[in-house]
Amino acid sequence: MEFNPTIVAFLCNWCSYTGADLAGTSRMKYKPNVRVIRVMCSGRVDPTFVYKSFREGADGVLICGCHPGDCHYQEGNYKCLRRFKLMKKYITQMGIEPARLHLEWISASEGKQFAELIDSMTARIKELGPSKIKTVVETLAI
Amino acid sequence: MKEETSQKPKLKLAVYWGAACGGCCVSVLDVHEKLLDVIAAADLVFWPIALDIKYKDVEAMPDKYIDVTLFNGAVRNSENEHIAKLLRQKSKVLVAYGSCAHMGGIPGLANFTTKEAIFKRVYEESESTVNPDKIFPQTHFDVDEGTLELPTFYNDVRSLNQVVDVDYYLPGCPPQSERLLEVFTLIATGAPLPPAGSVVGASEKTQCDECKRTKTENKKVKRFYRPIDIKDDGVTCFLEQGVICMGPSTRAGCGVRCIVGNAPCRGCYGPSEAASDPGAKMLSAIATMIDSNNEKEIEKVVETIDDPAGTFYRFSLPSSIIRRTIV
Ligand code: FES
Repeated sequence: MEFNPTIVAFLCNWCSYTGADLAGTSRMKYKPNVRVIRVMCSGRVDPTFVYKSFREGADGVLICGCHPGDCHYQEGNYKCLRRFKLMKKYITQMGIEPARLHLEWISASEGKQFAELIDSMTARIKELGPSKIKTVVETLAI
Repeated sequence: MKEETSQKPKLKLAVYWGAACGGCCVSVLDVHEKLLDVIAAADLVFWPIALDIKYKDVEAMPDKYIDVTLFNGAVRNSENEHIAKLLRQKSKVLVAYGSCAHMGGIPGLANFTTKEAIFKRVYEESESTVNPDKIFPQTHFDVDEGTLELPTFYNDVRSLNQVVDVDYYLPGCPPQSERLLEVFTLIATGAPLPPAGSVVGASEKTQCDECKRTKTENKKVKRFYRPIDIKDDGVTCFLEQGVICMGPSTRAGCGVRCIVGNAPCRGCYGPSEAASDPGAKMLSAIATMIDSNNEKEIEKVVETIDDPAGTFYRFSLPSSIIRRTIV
């Protein structure tokens, strides 16, 4: 059976979610593998959101925010960028392929870019194969 | 005095160690002469480090016979698990005593590796090992006199509450003896106890709230240092000097002992509020301090943070969301 990854995407309300919405209203086609969660700002993405997604079976986690300088709350996306870099280092230490976590800036007008991003990320995660996190944590526990 | 105690039945107290270093048991002794007060109010019915009471004696006790059990150490093997379950059954109040029982503790760092890798290192590769026949411990071994048994070594280390229900958590590596006495006095005097599941013997505040070093609100850090790489000035907040200190996300209660001793907080008291992941808040806080908006520069600063997983989860890896390395 073909592996169909599950990607959890956190999109900021002001740019990225609107961008994703534009992809939809413009009837653009993109892979159905993404599960979108709207947050007010990419700076709202607490590391636990990411860890929990992985722990509960996500094969990939995507965070999208406004372009640098465009954050509705000024600094949120910079904070997100710093956390993202540190989280990457942490998940690598935990034996999780860093490519499973991705950050991208998507503006409200970038519906096309959003659609392309979902396609390319889906392809990348497909190549990596299913995430082992859930099974390992649940079965190797003892 | 004597009459008073004889009127009230004495409390039955048990202390047990799972996967522990022994420091928690010693911290119980660290109440010094106050131990006499403890013994005046309580009978120690089980305490392997100090008393010769066998497992079978505990097995023979009626259920809920023990008033309070202080369980220290993590759950690493089948013996730890068996006794944890046994003591849960025999105790009215089960306290996870110390970081290992609370969150997995230092033994929990073994979740960065596997049982196979640990056995290989210990029984094959270590510099002091001579084992040409590659003999590994067996859980069962037949000899003329019968079968010898050893506990099963598990793949993962777990905190106490991942194995049995825990009534209270008394954090610390080890807990401060004064805190233990306070909690004990509370129980001995029959004062109303906090709701089950509470952390006791620690404060709701953070280490930073109690720390006396000079600090500013918005910390900006250009690069991080390991404590050995920098000369601490003794007055400025460690984080502002670029040394990772777990103060912002760690519960107070120890009397900021490490910081007073000019060492950054390592986080043994655990997160200051109920957190689904004990290290996440610290990771967030440290990342936010990075003084740059430029991707390349941020990467450079992140490089100077040597071991985020081991630093943020030094005492709590088993109780984190991703509780072990994915192998
Ligand atoms: S509002 Fe879009 S990143 Fe902050």
